[in-house]
Order: sequence, then structure tokens, then C-alpha cells
Amino acid sequence: MAALEEEFTLSTGVLSAGPEGLLGVEQSDKADQFLVTDGGRTVVLYKVSDQKPLGSWSVKQGQIITCPAVCNFQTGEYIVVHDNKVLRIWNNEDVNLDKVFKATLSAEVHRIHSIPGAEPLVLFSSGAIRGLEALLAEPQQKIETLISDEEVIKWSKFFMVFKHPVLIFLFFQHENYFVYVQMCKSHSLSKYTLLLGKEEKSITPKFTAYVDRKFISLMSLSSDGCIYETLIPTYSTDTEKNQRLVRSLVLKAVVSGGARNRTTLTNLDQDHVAVLGPPLPASKECLSIWNRKFQTLQSSKEFPQGTSGQLWYYGEILFMLHGKCLTVIPYKCQVSSLAGALGKLRHSQDTGTCSMPHFVNWEMCEGYELESHSAAQSRRILRRKKMEASLQPEVPGSEQLLSIINKDSEKHIEVELRKFLATSTPDFHTLLGDVITGLLGRCKAEPSFYPRNCLMQLIQTHVLSYSLCPGLMEIALERADVQMLQLCLQQFPDIPESATCACLKLFLSIGDDSLQDMSVSMESVFDCSDTMQDEEMEEQTEVVQNGFSPKDSNCSNENQELSEKPGAAKTVSCPVTPKRAALLNGILHSAYSETFLLPHLKDIPAQHIVLLLQYLNFLYLKCSGNAAMTLPGVNPPTLSQIMDWICLLLDANFTVVLMIPEAKRLLTNLYKFVKSQICVYSELNKIEVSFRELQKLNQEKNSRGLYSIEVLELF
Amino acid sequence: MGEFKVHRVRFFNYVPPGIRCVAYNNQSNRLAVSRTDGTVEIYNLSANYFQEKFFPGHESRSTEALCWAEGQRLFSAGLNGEILEYDLQTLNIKYALDASGGPIWSLAASPSGSQLLVGCEDGSVKLFEVTPDKIQFARNFDRQKSRILSLSWHPAGTHIAAGSIDYISVFDVKSGSTLRKMIVDRQHLGMTKSKCIVWGVAFLSDGTVISVDSVGKVQLWDSATGTLVKSHLIANADVQSIAVADQEDSFVVGTAEGTVFHFQLVSVTSNSSEKQWVRTKPFQHHTHDVRTVAHSPTALISGGTDTHLVIRPLMEKVEVKNYDAALRKITFPHRRLVSCSKRRQLLLFQFAHHLELWRLGSTAATGKNGDTLPLSKNADHLLHLKTKGPENIICSCISPCGSWIAYSTASRFFLYRLKYVRDNISLQRVSKMPAFLRSALHILFSEDSTKLFVASNQGSLHIIQLLEGSFKHLHSFQPQSGTVEAMCLLAVSPDGNWLAASGTSAGVHVYNLNHLKLHCTVPAYSFPVTALAIAPNTNNLVIAHSDQQVFEFSIPDKQYTEWSRTVQKQGFHQLWLQRDTPITHISFHPKRPMHILLHDAYMFCIIDKSLPLPNDKAVLYNPLPPKDESDVFLRRTTHAFKISKIYKPLLFMDLLDERTLVAVERPLDDIIAQLPPPIKKKKFGT
Repeated sequence: MAALEEEFTLSTGVLSAGPEGLLGVEQSDKADQFLVTDGGRTVVLYKVSDQKPLGSWSVKQGQIITCPAVCNFQTGEYIVVHDNKVLRIWNNEDVNLDKVFKATLSAEVHRIHSIPGAEPLVLFSSGAIRGLEALLAEPQQKIETLISDEEVIKWSKFFMVFKHPVLIFLFFQHENYFVYVQMCKSHSLSKYTLLLGKEEKSITPKFTAYVDRKFISLMSLSSDGCIYETLIPTYSTDTEKNQRLVRSLVLKAVVSGGARNRTTLTNLDQDHVAVLGPPLPASKECLSIWNRKFQTLQSSKEFPQGTSGQLWYYGEILFMLHGKCLTVIPYKCQVSSLAGALGKLRHSQDTGTCSMPHFVNWEMCEGYELESHSAAQSRRILRRKKMEASLQPEVPGSEQLLSIINKDSEKHIEVELRKFLATSTPDFHTLLGDVITGLLGRCKAEPSFYPRNCLMQLIQTHVLSYSLCPGLMEIALERADVQMLQLCLQQFPDIPESATCACLKLFLSIGDDSLQDMSVSMESVFDCSDTMQDEEMEEQTEVVQNGFSPKDSNCSNENQELSEKPGAAKTVSCPVTPKRAALLNGILHSAYSETFLLPHLKDIPAQHIVLLLQYLNFLYLKCSGNAAMTLPGVNPPTLSQIMDWICLLLDANFTVVLMIPEAKRLLTNLYKFVKSQICVYSELNKIEVSFRELQKLNQEKNSRGLYSIEVLELF
Repeated sequence: MGEFKVHRVRFFNYVPPGIRCVAYNNQSNRLAVSRTDGTVEIYNLSANYFQEKFFPGHESRSTEALCWAEGQRLFSAGLNGEILEYDLQTLNIKYALDASGGPIWSLAASPSGSQLLVGCEDGSVKLFEVTPDKIQFARNFDRQKSRILSLSWHPAGTHIAAGSIDYISVFDVKSGSTLRKMIVDRQHLGMTKSKCIVWGVAFLSDGTVISVDSVGKVQLWDSATGTLVKSHLIANADVQSIAVADQEDSFVVGTAEGTVFHFQLVSVTSNSSEKQWVRTKPFQHHTHDVRTVAHSPTALISGGTDTHLVIRPLMEKVEVKNYDAALRKITFPHRRLVSCSKRRQLLLFQFAHHLELWRLGSTAATGKNGDTLPLSKNADHLLHLKTKGPENIICSCISPCGSWIAYSTASRFFLYRLKYVRDNISLQRVSKMPAFLRSALHILFSEDSTKLFVASNQGSLHIIQLLEGSFKHLHSFQPQSGTVEAMCLLAVSPDGNWLAASGTSAGVHVYNLNHLKLHCTVPAYSFPVTALAIAPNTNNLVIAHSDQQVFEFSIPDKQYTEWSRTVQKQGFHQLWLQRDTPITHISFHPKRPMHILLHDAYMFCIIDKSLPLPNDKAVLYNPLPPKDESDVFLRRTTHAFKISKIYKPLLFMDLLDERTLVAVERPLDDIIAQLPPPIKKKKFGT
């Protein structure tokens, strides 16, 4: 699961970030140290973990740095270009940039690229590329022109593909974008035309790229707010021909379409991409991490003071300019799991827009996975295009349903929904998600609207999960709809502990009279007829455990009275009504993790804790009543569930339970039970020895002695 | 195929000694194993884990440490204070050198193999230089206050770590001075033990020292600062052994509870370069203390008090999922400890320090398959022959007529004449056995019991003529010039004309006993010979190899027989090749020349050469008798291999006469019953 950690700022006293932001942030040869080049004259070396600058170098007044400083990883020196043509190389010990090595070049430098393990490359504005060493050997050498003067390099990046350095750069010419891929070893240059949408002509999209096996995946953030991907082969078969590249949609509407300049994106790894920009036209700028594979938002952070629309990413650290401060955001990405990816789905209703929520289209993802493993990568683009196209005609039907959901009466919705559920479309899951989100959205908007039957039907499709519609249980809790909650507890595999506990609270606190009218599934409750009449809480229990009967020494008087009662005490009645028992059983069945559940259990009022404990105790007694240690009925709580819950409740509320007088007897019983259990185990340990001896005797009997004569026939 | 009366013998009260040390040699892929009685065994892991060599034990020599140095030289040290070097050619001890530091607890060869370190009872660590034919004392390191139980070299050879009682010291090899002392914690689950013994240390190239100790902890130390980096509590009892892989990406520890834990250096998260040691896999293949572990590139090897040598391949390191990927548990020696006198129905059992002679019982009853027949006479224990001296018996044999018993130790050869007078038995030792017979590796009597053949560890074969109560040395076949390889296996033809002998690696030599000269040599095969026998009448030599191949070689024709060629052409059944114990004995049916009887520890097989060989699709083991099947089906399914797996573990099986077999079994339960009780673990709570 990808996550952004707490950000911190680097002191920018020495930096002067212009309106265009910084020129660049580059890695240095030491981990944790980064070269920051501002828009003017200064290069600062920061040690990020100390949040301190280690060194700062400036060019003379009147000169201006035109290309971000980089580190030559082979020598550990730093390189910067000022006034387009003057190259400076220095190292940590140098103080004054004026006195360091200087080389004046014959052409304007666009950028210097340097990555660990490769010689730095100088990219000239004319599109020519030189290795640094070759250039320094003859600084005034003639630089050829690949692209004409009016064309401007928009973006460039340097990679290692299978240990071969590859430089890719992009320029704009005659309303088209062209990509040059330069293989530095073989000096082969491939040119591609990038086909973009119509809307792209005016505004330059933002680009990022990474190497995906034999392809360079170039991602662009268009002005419509969507991310597109283009695959560029690193080994071009035909370098002469001008090849065209098609893009495919990766993520829709990650930033608001209207945002023009202050957006950018950076690829983090194979699956994750960081996007900087306002998610909605009016909102503040946001840094969000998206999982491309699952199409989900993983993490997001708001930057109210505005950013420069620049983002740098090096080895788990993101750099950006927030206001006037250089902000560092550590980024961690654990291996993404499905549940993790699904966990933080963007809630479109939170932001109040009517944009359609994106649900995972599993069919498509599956196809995508399979395709990506196959060698024919180019086919994958086609396939995805087709997929998207085939999805289009489905949209009106679902849209119609969604509009019905948003406007019509409950009855009508129910009828339409039944129709929808009867048909099975290929993207049934996606539509179902949209439907439930629509319903819940309307529920929230209109307090009177509560399409209970529809929701029940949807839950019973076995398709929904908690993370797909987190609002559902919330609404049901608000309306104290225990039937719905019971259904959710049964059907959803991923209910968080907080929700489980909220249900538990409701189930314990809801009045008996209101329960009376509810129809609750009673299959997990046994012996209904026995306890039906006996609804007032009759607390008479006697522990009869594995043949151990507590001889009450200092129990409460009540207990003594009870035990003195002739013929009493063997019948135990349920402390809760059968309906409540059914609901509580649902809770007992739900999955949980102790660490997350315990804090929530502390919030339950004391008398409810006692009630639940009594119920659990009752269940336990019933359990131990038969030899198999199980309860009768369909799907009853198991013994280990009961025991775990008793332990959990006591752990969470021990002091509280200790203080309540009515719990005293219960605790005494439990204590005695534990004591008897210890007795039994120690007895078992003793018996084990005897059993082993018996086993030995048995073995001796079975073994045929030390000598025998037998008949063997071989066939 | 045949019905046999089987004397099923379980009174061979053999208990293998516990394993004390293992040392893995990467160069030759061999494993040296020392046992508590001082025996040292060499297993060839490339040859199907065959125990190809062994050095007999000695009462006063308990091996505490074992290591390979200078490539393939094997050293051991023990509580008698001596360092021994083993001669792997002639299978004897090259020399013993007193380290003069009291009992030696630990021994470690430097990474280059040119130096040896020993850790002694008196707290001294001594450095020896390995010279081409000996070792030479170089110097002492700073003396510690208590015994040095474990030693480990830094892979660069500059530093060593030494585990003592309650602390670990780090020495500089150049100066011999103590650089660091790391005190181990005596606390165990809140209780403070009186002392904490550091059973094992391992020095990694990044300066980390891993220690295992008697309070159940595996601890990682930074040797530069002497600080504890990480502590894993893995057992309630001692952790007794540790071994690190050469790549230093995994190590293995063994505990007194019989568990072996595998630790691996894994990334904290995927794609992260930060790595940490994580306990990954526990293995419970032992019931008792795991005294020693080794880490080969592909497997974890462990051994301990319960006498099993366990080789557990690491699945992630095994490239092909063949039979090598299976767990191996080696319990019994790959040589015969039982010999049999067919004529008198006697069995001679060989123990470390004595021999037992038993007479089999008899029955008059008959029965059908699977019946246990009532005994008319039970088996008798006739003789208990104790050896003199502290040395273990190397090999022994009883003559077919039952009137001679011979055995040898490392320094002497003993021959006894037995006389049977009704139920009484008298024993007479033949004196003045020549000295050159000592340390014999195999003893064999001719079929008519008139000749004795002795294979010596110097590579020569001696022929002794047996007379009533005395002997005469007839001839010695000297080894081929230049070779001193010990001879391990002998076979003589029933007509007494041929003698076949095989060494530890080279081919099988066949000698003509009438002309007393080398007749021929069977073409060399890459796997060692595990059993040899010469068939009556045809004089075909049958050879079993450790890769489960069986060859038949015609001695008169000096070539492989037609049948053997057919077998090689078609290949053995897959399951036959996958058996994991070697064939230890081959014999023949006197009346059925087409039959070869052979057995390993888990099966007994009669190969009928007249029947077709099974192909891989056929059922190799066919325990069920044919019932109502038609003849056609029978004819289609019968094949040459008739296998019985009833008797196991089978230490010896032979044909007494046409209709009688003797099978000596040693059930594992009986061995376990004789071991000390393991650490008790509670099954129930509290």
C-alpha cells in the first residue's frame, strides 16, 4: 500500500525560487544528498535527513543558470551550465564557482542528464547529444542540428535499458509532438510522432516515463485531466521511417480539466504514479498517489499554499515547492495487495461532484495482466482501446438507471433495479457499484429517502463488500436497521473493526420492543421455543465444567441462595432475547484483528459489556453441555469464537467490569472456570504419561517379537 | 516366482552412535560425519549420498570438532587433546598431534585453508600452520578464562570469533590479541541460568558475529563495536550448532529440542535494499539434540543424538525437481554388519566392540503367504566375543561352514576357530596373525572355507590358506603401482577360481586365483560400487553402484553380458533409480541361475533375467498376488523385478537354502527406545 508520510521542509533561505519555481532537484552521488538548483544563480546541496544545506554555490551577478546542476556519478563532481553555453564542473571542496573548471561550448545546452552508472549526457537545444567526456575533450566542437530553431524541447529523460543508456526527448513542431529515442551506445536515433487528442494542441501535457522491460512507457497528463500511456519500443526495427505512437487511457480525471499550468505527474514505480494538481476546478492543489493497475487513489495530500507545479522523485522521496518552501515528502510503497488497493477508493460524493465513480473493471484488468505478460506488447494497446470502445454502448443503460436512482421514487427504483439484476451484463460488477453509490448518495442527500428493499437486494447479490460501499453500513447504523446490518455482517468480508463494534453497540443498546418488530434471521440461534417466553434476564447460572463443580466459598449471597434452592440451577436461560442473540451471533462470526478491535471495545458502556459477557457465558455453558463442544443450530458461534470474545471483552474492560457489582458473580464464575481448566490440563499432562506407557505396551503387543519364521511368496 | 520361509530376525541389537559433527566440503561435494564413538564417515553427496569411506572409532577418541582444510584434507580434534589428520586414500589416521591445551572443544580452518585454530579446555586458542604433510604449531592467542567451545574465522582471515562460557571474544589474527569481549545474557525467560555456554559462533564478512547459546538464543553482534544487534529466542533449550552458507545469505541452527531453524537474509520490503535476518523455516526432523549442522549450497544438513543424518534440500536452490530434491534421512551404515554361515544357519553380528553369534531356529510347519509359523526351536545366542583394546571393529566375517570367525581392528587381525560339539561350542584363537593383515576393510572366506581373503587399506589383497587350527599365507596381490587406494569390497566365485575386488573409486579388479594374477579390470564407472557378487557356474560378476545401476559382467568373457547390455539399453525403471539407499548385498539362487537376489534398507528384490524388463509405465512394486486375472494380463504385467517391501529397515538378507531366506531387520522404534529420552515437550497447555 502506497502512502505518503509526514512532510517536512528544507530551509530555503539561500534559495530564491522564482515564479517558475526551481530549475531542478537532482540526486548526488551520496545517498540522502540532493542538488537543488533555483531559478536564478544558486545551487544548493542538501542533506535531506538533517534538513540542512551542506553547501551552496552561486554564479556571478549577471550570469544565470540555465540548466539544473547534476552530479557526475562516475567522478562525484557537480556540473552546471550557465548562460546556456558555459559549463562549470566543481566538487564539494570548491567554494567559488568562478574559479572552478570552465568550458564554453559552441551550442546552447538544453539539459545535462546524469544517472548513476552512466556517463553524464549533454542534450543540446538543437537535439544533439554528447557524452560529457567527449565534449570536454573538445568543447568547441561543432554540434549538429537535429531540430530546427523554432522547435523547443519540451521534456527529456535519461534511462538505463538493459545497461544501455537511452535518452528520450520530446519536442513540439507543427502542432505535433515528436519523440526522439537516442540509444547512446549504438548512436541510433529513432523518431516517433506522438498522436495526441485534439485538445492537446494548445496546452503542453506533462510527461513522465519509466522503463517497462523492452518498452519505455511514456505517460502524459493531458489538459483534460486524464493520464495516457504510450509505449515506445527501445529497440526500433526501422529507424528511418517516422513511426506513429498511439496512446491509451490509463486513469481518468485525476486532476481537474480546467487546471492549466500547476499540474504535473511523476512515475513512482510500475504501478504507482504521483499527480500534483487540483482534483477539482475550485479546490486546492493536491498531491495524490494513484495505483494504475487497480485505478485507485492510494493517498492524497493537500497543499493550500499552492505549488509550482513541479515534482521530483528520487528513491522514496518526493520533492516539491509548497509556497516558498522546498517540501520533502517521504513516500513508502509496500507491495500492493488487492484489499489494500481497494481500501481507499475515492468517494466522489464527498466532493459533491456528479462525476461518475470509477470502479474496477476486473475483466479489463485481467486482460491487461495477461497481455502485459505476453510478449506482444503492442497488441495490448489495441486490445485496451477495443475494450474501452466496447464499454461505451453500455453506458446509456446504466446512466438511465443512475438517473432513475437520482430522481424517481423508491418503488420505481425497485422495479428498475429488479430488471437490472435479472440481466447479466459483462460489467455487472462495475454497474452494481455505481448503482449502490448512487443510492447511498441520494440517501445522504435526502434524509427521507431510504430504499431499504433495493439495498437488501443489492447486498444479497454477494458482490458488494464494505470497501465498495462504506456508506451503506453507516446509513444502516444511523437508521438502526439491524436486519440490514445483520445481512452486511454476513455478506461483507471486509468490515473494519470500528464498524463491527458500532454494530455491536447498536445491537446491545437497541430496545427489546423495537427489536420485536424487526425481522431478523434466526438461523444461528438454537432452542428458540425454550427461551422465547423467558425474556426477562434471569441470571441463574451454575458452572458445571468437566466434572468440576465450584464449591462456593466466598461468592455472593445470591449464589448461595441459588445453590440452596432445591432442584434449581441446572437450567440456564439465555440472558438476551433470541433476536438479539441472533444479531450478536453475527458479530461473533465476523472477522477481526485483536489490536484493532480492542480500542473500540473500550467504548461500550459497562452494563452492555456485562450483558454481552453474560450471553457469552451462557453460550459457553451451552457449548460445554455436549460432548462435541458445539452449539446446535445452523452456523452457530464456535467455542473458540466464544472464548476469544470473552477474553477480548475482559481485556478491554477489565477495570470497568471489576468495579460493577453485578459482574462480580460472572467474574467469579469465569475465574472458577479458568481454574478448573488449569486443573484439567494438569491432569491431562499427567494422563499423557500414562497413555504413553499404554501406547508402549500396545506397540510391544503389536510387534511380533524378536524372532519369527514367516512365509513369503513373491509374485 | 517362489515361496520362501523367511527367518525374520530382529534381535540384532545395533544402535548407531549419535552424530557429533558434520563438515561439508564444497570442493568435492563430500560430507564428513563424526560420531560419538569416534567413527568418521565420508559421504559423497554427488554419488547419491553414498557413504564411501569410514574411519573406525576408538574408545578414547571422542571427536568434538571436524573440519576440512587445504582443499580436501580432513582434520578432527577431540577431548583427548589431539588433532588428527585422516588419510582419505588409505583410510587410516595419518598422525595425531597433541595440542597440549587439554581437551579440545573446537577446531576451525582458515578461509584459505592454510591455518588451523583449536580452542582448548584451558581457554587457549592455538594457531597451527598446515604444512604439506603435517601441521605445525604457530602460536597462542590471548588466553581466555574458560574453555573455548566454538571458533569462527572472518572470511577475510583477519579476525576470529571465539565462543566461551558467558562471553564471545574477537581476536585479531595478526597480533593474537583480544579486540572485543561480548558478554552474553544468562537470562532465559526471566530466569537467570548459572552460565550461558556459547555453543557456536559464525563470523560474517560484514563483521557481524552470530552466536548460539545454551539459553536458547541466536544473537547477532556487531564485532566492530561489540554491541548486540539482534536477538532471537528460538528454543527453551540449548541451541547447539550453527552453519552459514557461503554466500552469507542464509544460516541454519540446531536446537536441543530437535528443531532446525533456517534463517535467511531477506529484504525488509520488496525492492528495498535494506535486509535483515529473518527466521524463515523450522524443521523438525530430529527427536533429540541436533548437535551439528552444515549448510551446503543446496541443502541443510543436520545430525545429532538420534543418530539420523538428515539432508534437507532447500527447494529454492534446487533447480530441477528430481529425486535430489527429496529429504534424505540416513540412519544405517552403507556396509554390511551381518554375515551368515549358510551351512550351520548361523548369523554373526558386528558391534563396535563385540561380535555376537546366533543360531537360527527352525520350524516343521508350512503355511501360505503371510503366515507366521510356529517355532519348533527358537534362535540361540551362541557366542558373545568381546574385542581387546579400545579400537572399534572394522569388519568381520564368519565362514560358510561356520567354523571360522575373523575380524579386524585398526591395529590387529583376529582369527578364531569354532568347534561344535552337540550343543556346546568351543572357541580357539589362531595366534600370530601377520601384522600386514591389520586394519583390513573386508574379510571374506571362500565357499569351501579353506581360504581367507583380506582386503587391506594399503590396496593389497592377501590370500590365506586355512588349515586345521593354523594358517598359511599363500599370496598377496599388490596394488597397481602408484596407487595406494584402499580396497573395500571383495567377492569370490563359488568355484574358488575368481576374486573380484573394488576400491573406493576406481574400477573393479578381477583376479585369477589359480594363476594368482590379475585377470581383468571392469571398465571404470563414475559412481562407487556398493555391492559385488560372483554368480555360481556362469561366473558372472554382478556389480551394484550407488546410482542404483546394476551391471552383470562375464568374467570368462571379460565383457558385459547380453542381459546387462539390454538393461543398459532400456534403462531401469524410474522408481528403481529413485530409491535412496544403496544395495548392500547381492546373492544367487543355487538352483535358479536366472535369479539375482539383492536388497537395500527398504526392499528385497529378486531379478528374474528371463522375464522382460519393466518399462516406466509398468507397476514396479506389485505387492498383491494375481487373483482372477486372465493369463494374458498376467503375462503383460509380469516383469523381471520381484520386490518385497515387508522387511524394513533391512540390514541383511540372504538365501540360506533353496526355500529359506534370512532377513535381519532393525526397527527404528527399537533404536529410539535405547536412546536417552528426548527433552520433554508438553502437549497440553499451562
